[in-house]
Amino acid sequence: MTQMNEPLLRVEDLTMMYGDRVGCKDVSFELRPGEVLGIVGESGSGKSTLLRSISAQQEPTKGKVEYQTRIDGVRDVYQMSEAQRRLLMRTDWAFVHQNPRDGLRMNVSAGANIGERLMAIGDRHYGNIRSNANSWLGKVEIASERLDDLPSTFSGGMQQRLQIARNLVTSPRLVFMDEPTGGLDVSVQARLLDLLRGLVHDLNLAVIIVTHDLAVARLLSHRLMVMQQGKVIEHGLTDQVLDDPQHPYTQLLVSSILQN
Amino acid sequence: MSEMLHAQNVAKSFTLHTQGSVTIPVFEGIEFMLSAGDCIALTGESGSGKSTFMRMLYANYTCSQGSIKVFHDDDWLDITTASPHSVLEIRKRTLGYVSQFLRVIPRVPTLDIVAEPLVALGTDRETATEKARDLLTRLRIPERLWQLSPLTFSGGEQQRVNIARGFIADYPIMLLDEPTASLDAQNRATVLALIEEAKSRGAAIAGIFHDHETRDAVCTGSFDVTSFKVGAND
Repeated sequence: MTQMNEPLLRVEDLTMMYGDRVGCKDVSFELRPGEVLGIVGESGSGKSTLLRSISAQQEPTKGKVEYQTRIDGVRDVYQMSEAQRRLLMRTDWAFVHQNPRDGLRMNVSAGANIGERLMAIGDRHYGNIRSNANSWLGKVEIASERLDDLPSTFSGGMQQRLQIARNLVTSPRLVFMDEPTGGLDVSVQARLLDLLRGLVHDLNLAVIIVTHDLAVARLLSHRLMVMQQGKVIEHGLTDQVLDDPQHPYTQLLVSSILQN
Repeated sequence: MSEMLHAQNVAKSFTLHTQGSVTIPVFEGIEFMLSAGDCIALTGESGSGKSTFMRMLYANYTCSQGSIKVFHDDDWLDITTASPHSVLEIRKRTLGYVSQFLRVIPRVPTLDIVAEPLVALGTDRETATEKARDLLTRLRIPERLWQLSPLTFSGGEQQRVNIARGFIADYPIMLLDEPTASLDAQNRATVLALIEEAKSRGAAIAGIFHDHETRDAVCTGSFDVTSFKVGAND
């Protein structure tokens, strides 16, 4: 149980500058296994910049990203060799993009999309890969007869679920999500939310999810970080931040939601 | 009897930044205690802040001052300063809350929603589902609805789903916000029975009840929040 309480990820004073312009500034937080952190804020507030800088896609100007690796203990992600970092991103981490086309290979079959990540970590047994791919299709509620179809023949919601399967097949411990329900209509969104919540619980995933949808943030995340102009202006328990916001910008954000 | 929750010198004010940063003071100097086996009614007229105070006890609202200590895992934790992680642990295992709102993901079946708090505690799904069935039956939610999302239900049915979910785990402390508000006589009697059962297993309960009959039937004491309103004693 002690390991459960040790942070999986520690971000310290993370700053990303584009010349004089602030992408994100002085962001610090910790994340434990099984914990879901939501990042909310309007477009241009630095959410996606922060996500890219944490997930080793874009080296920050300043600050540290430390990760509890399976074998080597705590490592600074930007001090690793390129090969180590790539391995980490392919195995222990996963990244779910808003547009499934950014996270899938559209010219190979659904099964190959899932199998590819397994092969990248050295799995060579075709039968195992295929059955593993098939079982993941089931987990994301895609019929197994679609295994050999191209993702381009799938609906938007199915493509997003396929992207999730492709990402989770290597049993990652940390998943980054950038507006995962963004382009989907409401009924499809609900199904995806239900699926994500189940997977997070069953696999004890740590998740950092960027969203502009406060309802999605409420239903999925334990903690919430509110960003404005590159800075974290409020950070705490999700329902506390949404129901009793302290910062003027958070109050504005919460009071702007349409009630149904 | 053993003390379970203790609020000391608690104050609350809201600052409305979107409305000229006006500050609305609500409470000051609240002293409140709950012990095992208690069922304390929070009283005060409509709009006096009963639900606000209950939300503070659940750490859904922050406190401007003071402490709210909760007995959790043989230890006293101040819920007003505890980390989000600790607050979630306290809510998972020690502090239950039946609110007036049902907030769930659409399309998740009622049975799963009711069973969820027990599953989260590590109970196997079958046992949890069995208990969920019992509670839904007792609360007269017809079985044909169990596989549907409660978001399609009537207000009274949603309220009963909320109650089933709130009572499925044996929380040592329970907060009940108008649990009988939109219920008919039969269902109200069931909820009263559930409260009595919780009391007899030693739960410490604070509740908001809109009617005297309910209050008189189950409560062991009352707590008038109006006496702690800012300016009440001027």
